[in-house]
Amino acid sequence: MFPLLSAIIFLPVLGAVLIALTPRARVTLIRALAFVFSGAALALALALFAGFSRNVATPQYVERAAWIPQLGISYFLGVDGLSLPFIVLTAMLTFLAVIASWHIELRPKEYFALMLVLETGVLGVFSSLDFLLFFLFWEVELIPMYLLIGTWGGPRREYAAIKFVIYTLAGSALMLVGILTLYFFGSAHTFDMLALRQQGIDPVVATFAFFLVFFGFAVKLPSFPFHTWLPDAHVEAPTAVSVLLAGVLLKMGGYGMLRVNVGMMPDVLAANAPFIGALAVVSILYGAAVSTVQHDLKSLVAYSSVSHMGYVLLGIAALTPGSLGGAAVQMFTHGLITGLLFLLVGVVYERTHTRIIASMGGLAPRMPLIATIFVIAGLASLGLPATAGFIGEFAVFVGAYPSLPWLTIVAIFGVVATAGYILWMLQRVFFGPPNPRWAALTDANRWFEVAPLVTLAALVLVVGIVPSLLTDIIQASVPGLASSPLLTAAR
Amino acid sequence: MPSTLWLILLLPVVSLALITLLRPAPRWSGRLTILAIGGSFVFSVVAFFEMLTRQQAAVAAHQEVEPVVSMVPWFQLGKTSFEVGVLADPLAAIMLLVVTTVSLLVQVYSQGYMAGDPGYRRYFAFMSLFTFSMLGLVLAPNFLQMFIFWELVGVSSYLLIGFWYHKPEAAYAAKKAFITTRLGDLGFLVGILMLYAYTGTFDFHQLQAAVKVGALGGAVLSTAMVLVFMGAVGKSAQFPLHVWLPDAMEGPTPVSALIHAATMVAAGVYLVARAFPLFQAAPTALMVVAVVGGFTAFFAATMGLVMSDIKRVLAYSTVSQLGYMMLGLGVGALSAGMFHLFTHAFFKALLFLAAGSVIHGAMEQDLFKLGGLRRHMPWTALTFAIGGLSLAGVPPLAGFWSKDEVLTAVYHSGNGLLLALGLLTAFMTAFYITRAWLLAFAGEWRGAAAAPPLPPGYALTPRPSPTGYALTPGPTPTGRGVGGEGVPAAGSEAGHGGSHGGSPGAHAHESPAVMVVPLLILAVPSVVAGFLGLPGANWFGSFLHGEEESAAEGIVIASSVVLAGLGILLGYLTYGARAISAEGLTAAFRPIHALLVNKYGLDDLYGWLVNRLYVGISLALAWFDQRIVDGLVNLVAWLAAQVGRGVTRTATGQLPNYALAVFAGVVVIANVVAVVAGR
Amino acid sequence: MITLQHFLVLSAVIFSIGLYGALAKRNVVAVLMCIELMFNAVNITLVAFARYLPATAGNPYGPLTGQVFALFIIAVAAAEAAVALAIILAVYRTRRSVNVEDVNLLQS
Repeated sequence: MFPLLSAIIFLPVLGAVLIALTPRARVTLIRALAFVFSGAALALALALFAGFSRNVATPQYVERAAWIPQLGISYFLGVDGLSLPFIVLTAMLTFLAVIASWHIELRPKEYFALMLVLETGVLGVFSSLDFLLFFLFWEVELIPMYLLIGTWGGPRREYAAIKFVIYTLAGSALMLVGILTLYFFGSAHTFDMLALRQQGIDPVVATFAFFLVFFGFAVKLPSFPFHTWLPDAHVEAPTAVSVLLAGVLLKMGGYGMLRVNVGMMPDVLAANAPFIGALAVVSILYGAAVSTVQHDLKSLVAYSSVSHMGYVLLGIAALTPGSLGGAAVQMFTHGLITGLLFLLVGVVYERTHTRIIASMGGLAPRMPLIATIFVIAGLASLGLPATAGFIGEFAVFVGAYPSLPWLTIVAIFGVVATAGYILWMLQRVFFGPPNPRWAALTDANRWFEVAPLVTLAALVLVVGIVPSLLTDIIQASVPGLASSPLLTAAR
Repeated sequence: MPSTLWLILLLPVVSLALITLLRPAPRWSGRLTILAIGGSFVFSVVAFFEMLTRQQAAVAAHQEVEPVVSMVPWFQLGKTSFEVGVLADPLAAIMLLVVTTVSLLVQVYSQGYMAGDPGYRRYFAFMSLFTFSMLGLVLAPNFLQMFIFWELVGVSSYLLIGFWYHKPEAAYAAKKAFITTRLGDLGFLVGILMLYAYTGTFDFHQLQAAVKVGALGGAVLSTAMVLVFMGAVGKSAQFPLHVWLPDAMEGPTPVSALIHAATMVAAGVYLVARAFPLFQAAPTALMVVAVVGGFTAFFAATMGLVMSDIKRVLAYSTVSQLGYMMLGLGVGALSAGMFHLFTHAFFKALLFLAAGSVIHGAMEQDLFKLGGLRRHMPWTALTFAIGGLSLAGVPPLAGFWSKDEVLTAVYHSGNGLLLALGLLTAFMTAFYITRAWLLAFAGEWRGAAAAPPLPPGYALTPRPSPTGYALTPGPTPTGRGVGGEGVPAAGSEAGHGGSHGGSPGAHAHESPAVMVVPLLILAVPSVVAGFLGLPGANWFGSFLHGEEESAAEGIVIASSVVLAGLGILLGYLTYGARAISAEGLTAAFRPIHALLVNKYGLDDLYGWLVNRLYVGISLALAWFDQRIVDGLVNLVAWLAAQVGRGVTRTATGQLPNYALAVFAGVVVIANVVAVVAGR
Repeated sequence: MITLQHFLVLSAVIFSIGLYGALAKRNVVAVLMCIELMFNAVNITLVAFARYLPATAGNPYGPLTGQVFALFIIAVAAAEAAVALAIILAVYRTRRSVNVEDVNLLQS
């Protein structure tokens, strides 16, 4: 059988190698290689999407090869309803990010090569079913991200890049301890994630491992109070990198929680649900409040991510089939919407050369297409029905209410707060009398600006109107994550 | 029948899609929209008559009429299947008729009103979106779909209020409207979640069944229904969430007529009517509806007394009349509330469109600058008068019958306070609408000789200059005295100048036929729609319920007619005959007047809560985030760096030091090994 | 009678002298020589232990491991001395000094 998953994962890195071998001066060829290889990965991901059996809960397209059999480590890949949406999302956002970076002039060779390496790392995380392989890919993604922010970023890029790497490394160091705890103290002595789901382990040890791993994911998600690397990284990162950071990298945190914390230790999660739910609600409201008063357009969107990923954490904490599904949907839709928002902030910045909201105003007549798509993205972000943003939020609420009613009610206030800061931002940036300072600006008019914007905006609407495209896949595996044979059963 | 319903719903989507994707010439986008809504109107009439036939068959068989339902699965997540579809019963059939009729007329009218506006195509795209959303709301078979379209009408309203987004007031009002209504939606959402958590369904009929078998009831149902009613409070601009509707008048006037008078704001009433069996099972919630409605009716009418902007008078009047509808529903009279919704949609749309015609023709919307327009705009004056009399409750116009039915229902409920509020409101309504008509159409022109020039780059549509609303709701009063201190000297000068320098308000002219004809058409139901619900021969009630309503009460009719007459008389004496001095009235009631002009300070209070308190808290949190949360992160990094710096002191570069350290280490390890091994 | 203890004491004394010299001497050549002393102190211990361990069936003179190790150490020490002297020469050429305190490139 054709190893489809391996092909998807390693095509980008192959492209990166070819780019590295290309002479520096041949910029067009470099771009073309990046385009072709990320496009090929996307095409294969779509083939995977088409070929995926929607009524099978267990992983499909499994590839397994012994790697370090003495330690129970294997090269073990597979997709289920939890990982498939994120594989497609990663491939798609990387492809669009490559297009949106078409005009990069500073060292395009390294830029595109690193972007493709990043894609490999992230795709690997979403496809690995071996815990050690998962961890390796998790770390692989860090280095290109560090270099992308640190080289192509804004004025404080080095601070932001180092903060990002060290914060995440601190999380992943603890995560590694958690992984090893599960390995050494469990009954299975394996890194096989499917086998780990069914092993028996002492509850105290499990709680210990749970929080070690949870911390690693909570940093990535990010959840209050581990979120402060995010605004710094976003503000400094170049546009396309912000898109990938918000659209894909944050999802690794939620994905990991669903895969490990929910999938392997649901009873520990259930015991700590009020605490984690409270963390989620604080993230939602705190993120929204802090967003409201941001002066920088990009850091407003960054803080809105903290708020929106709070819904994911709430869905995870509630631990009902509906809320888990809602959390997965919310992650996917947040990837689309926030990716789109960062692209928009990027094209606006390209024109105004400022991101300070107060100095904008009246941009809508100058750039009607950007304004229209910004309004669509903003409305999606505040959870308007018929856009993607509604589906995840509503599903989380419906799922979480029976389990955590009060926390859910408090979380719903976040919906109003979100409407507040999004609409206020739109008002200050686009509406009001035309500002003569921006009279010479043009609308998005180059294909590499328009194409990603229109594609993502269309997807936001399509997912909002026909959510079954997404939910049918998620429904296959995610709601059942917590109900599989539990640790308790094995005890 | 289901296919008819689907067509009604989907035709506006088609026009929206065509306008957005094909970007036809502006003229054609208007026509496409009208074509689509015209189709929806025709199918609504078809659906209505079909429902009528079914109703008659059901009555003949002594059964309740079965609603027509057609569902499609939408998506499934966890154990929940989300479904959307269409549902038609007599209630929906009537609402469809109201929505499509008013929409059609308003959109025909818009062709004239919006002519030459650079955003013409966008306007009709938004109108299509609104019509679709409103129809989806009307046809919703479950709370989920209701909520979805509820939000969509909200966003259409946002887009249309902020249609002239270059005006800061419009952008501000749009945002205010959306957020205020969303505050209500929050309760709505929690209410739905509660109902779902206890029954596992969003479907109206399954919920009703659950109530019938006793699976749902008591405090849970009451709480849930009060929460659901919060959504209606927001959308129908009931106290205390009414503040957005007067500001929403920043939108184009046809939008105010369609969305903020006839249809969308009535969605709250429709929601209560739709969930009426659930409300009936929760008397506490119904009581809340009645009290909120009755109080809002009175409260908004008081503010309507002093507004100087013609659209704001009508806006407060709308809030007040919506309060009537809620009051009717709240005392348990479904058909009374819905009947008032039905007649109000026509006469209030008529009033707004006539006001739009005034603004279009005279380029002025301040009542104290208008005047004498009846000579220049006879049709507008006539139709405004018809709408006004209907609103005031003058028999035998439509408003009289429906308002009377509401008051009768309140009388039967035995709640004297609510009845008193209702009757007082009737008096004030008659007064302020008389005042508005006399100030605009009678007397002499008091405004500037010509319209102020429009700044370049602004909409080409005749627009009055911004009337001085602050960007943030500040203390700027938007109302002016009851003919009092507010009359500007410039205005009277213009009036005098006009009287000897030529025709007063010479530029004022009657609107084109495309605007006047819808006015005339709307005037018809404003006069005769009431005959559908005559006491004793209540066709409307029997269609809705399948049974007869209770008879009228002479005392209620008499007192409401007398009070309306008194209101009109007082209005005439003050603003027509000038027998009573408006200035004197203002002086006599100065504190009350100031309170009313300041809108009871509620706008200021909310402005303070949002702009000071919430933003203040947010600023504090942002500081906390930067200094404390991120400060801790940086502190950890700093500590690590400090430890590193401390350790570097040991790196002297002297080899003997290193060797000594190595040896010391060996000794320590050897001793440890020796001790451990020796044990 | 010379016992194992004698050898061990001798070894310890030589090791200590070597250690003192390695830590205290400033001349790098002297340090190197002291390090050689320490090596040889260890060698004495190894050979002595090899000599005094009881004989077994296969090894009538006791296990030879210690003596083999001593030979190893002599070989490695020779190599080490060659490398070290080469480094010292190189340092002397650049710095005109063989004083350890003058070589502090590793200082932070």
